Amino acid sequence: MLEIRNLTVAYGSRVVLQDISLNIMPGQILAVIGPNGAGKSTLVRSVSGVLPVSGGTVMIGTRPLHTLSANQRARCLAVVPQARQLPGAFTVYETILLGRTPYLGWLGKSGSQDHEQAAWALRRTRLTELAGRKVSELSGGEQQRVLLARALAQAAPVLLLDEPTTHLDLQHQAGLLNLLRELALERQLAVLIVLHDLNLAGLYADQVALLVDGRLQALGSPKEVLTSRNLTAVFHVPIDVIPHPAYGTPLVLPDGVANLPARRPLPVSL
Amino acid sequence: MTRNRLSPYFLNGLLLALALLASVAIGAVYIAPGMVLRIFWAQIPGVDVGMAGLETAVTIILQVRLPHTVLVALTGAALAGSGAAYQGLFRNPLADPYLIGVASGAGLGAVIAMSRSWPTTWLGLYAVPVAAFLGAVITIIIVYNLAKTGATLQTTTLILAGVAVSSFATALTSFLMLRSNAELRRALGWLLGGSLLSGWTPVLAMLPYVTIGLLLLLTTGHALNVLQFGDDQAQQMGLNVERTKRLLLIAASLTTAAAVAFSGIIGFIGLIVPHVVRMIWGPDYRRLTPLSILGGATLLLLADILARVALAPQVLPVGVVTALAGAPFFLWILYRAKTKVTW
Repeated sequence: MLEIRNLTVAYGSRVVLQDISLNIMPGQILAVIGPNGAGKSTLVRSVSGVLPVSGGTVMIGTRPLHTLSANQRARCLAVVPQARQLPGAFTVYETILLGRTPYLGWLGKSGSQDHEQAAWALRRTRLTELAGRKVSELSGGEQQRVLLARALAQAAPVLLLDEPTTHLDLQHQAGLLNLLRELALERQLAVLIVLHDLNLAGLYADQVALLVDGRLQALGSPKEVLTSRNLTAVFHVPIDVIPHPAYGTPLVLPDGVANLPARRPLPVSL
Repeated sequence: MTRNRLSPYFLNGLLLALALLASVAIGAVYIAPGMVLRIFWAQIPGVDVGMAGLETAVTIILQVRLPHTVLVALTGAALAGSGAAYQGLFRNPLADPYLIGVASGAGLGAVIAMSRSWPTTWLGLYAVPVAAFLGAVITIIIVYNLAKTGATLQTTTLILAGVAVSSFATALTSFLMLRSNAELRRALGWLLGGSLLSGWTPVLAMLPYVTIGLLLLLTTGHALNVLQFGDDQAQQMGLNVERTKRLLLIAASLTTAAAVAFSGIIGFIGLIVPHVVRMIWGPDYRRLTPLSILGGATLLLLADILARVALAPQVLPVGVVTALAGAPFFLWILYRAKTKVTW
């Protein structure tokens, strides 16, 4: 569904992504992991057509991305950015309905089908009761769901998410990724998600891509990529990987503690 | 809930109609609104009301006050409409044609054109707004590029760049005016917000620019809504961002330039009106732009009436009145922005 072939992106003479090739089938989730500055967000921006590509192609189905207009592209591919980039004054419903933009004319007149799609997205992300609230009044987790709902209303077969869990607490992280898992299967979406948390990548992704300095260091199943050897080399701290007690998926444990002086008990003063 | 009972368009339309009527009625000689309406009624072909003995009143109204009133209303509509567009385009609640320097740039363009040919001929009359438009577009491009740091546009840098460029343009304008003949000195009054010419001529000259500019801006409501998410997201939502911004910039600058070319530099209307409309009727630009246009015409008419009666028989430049009322409002917005950041 989403096929990235030898993608290269450069700012002037500085190459920020080099020769990236990825393939995501419908219903599959691919997690992109890597240290800060590895080019993860650049990957999302270039695949979504915001950043010009210096080499390679991005295919959505049978159509090359660069031949599509912004409008056509938005029908094929929706993006969930980080929640702090939301204008606060629109209501939840207004924001989600704006996800229908690629299907509306210049004047933005929405029809019954657009409202149906928006209502569905609202229900699916459990936001129906907040529909009339201003976005600024919501919590970070709710705002992130609004962005997901907006992307769902866009009804595109490919979904890109840029670190959607970064500012969420544990409960909302799991909630969002469970929902994403369901939606990927239910709507046969091809999902590319940038994740900071390696354990979440191990738990939810079908494929993991490890990005380092703009290059694809490793690509494969979580078990193949999330190994002690791969991660220790990339993150420059000793990292242990053990199987998850319930699912057998890799659990990542940074292990730098041994090198530090022994932890002293905190002084107790009452 | 109560606010939905009265359509905001009806309310604003009604206020504008009352302001128009008051503006025509009030002046050196007060003419009762009933009489004004009767005179209008008599102008409809085939209606015979009997205007004997009222010739002076008819002349005052049709040849002096009505054209002046229409010019003021068009100017207010243009300033508030373009103010709303600039605020949406820059995603900045303080973007106003005056504060970001566009008005001064347009003023400089207009003065350059006037120093070549005083707008007594029709050619001159049409050259002034074109020069003002060029001045406005050049200014906005300079200010935008000065204010942009990376991909973001900060409120403070936008206003700072606007003030700096505006001061420069104003200095050049003053220089040109002092250097030139006596005719241009008369333009000082214009620059502070007074009409340059009286009668229907400036109205007819201004009308096409304002109409085209505002009609274009009225179509951009949805696009402005999408732009509020920032360039990246707007593009990912399917908007052709570059084309949209170019259209907004041209339409808003055209509208501002027309206002400046015929009514001088009038500040704060483009700031106050969209702000108040947003506070009352929300951020949706499909409603914000048309309501700002109506409200801008109303507010400038009221300011103009005040300018005419405050020190009668002397007439104050309307720009003085809007600045006296607008500057404190601006400070209030700044104060409010410190405590609350939703807009």
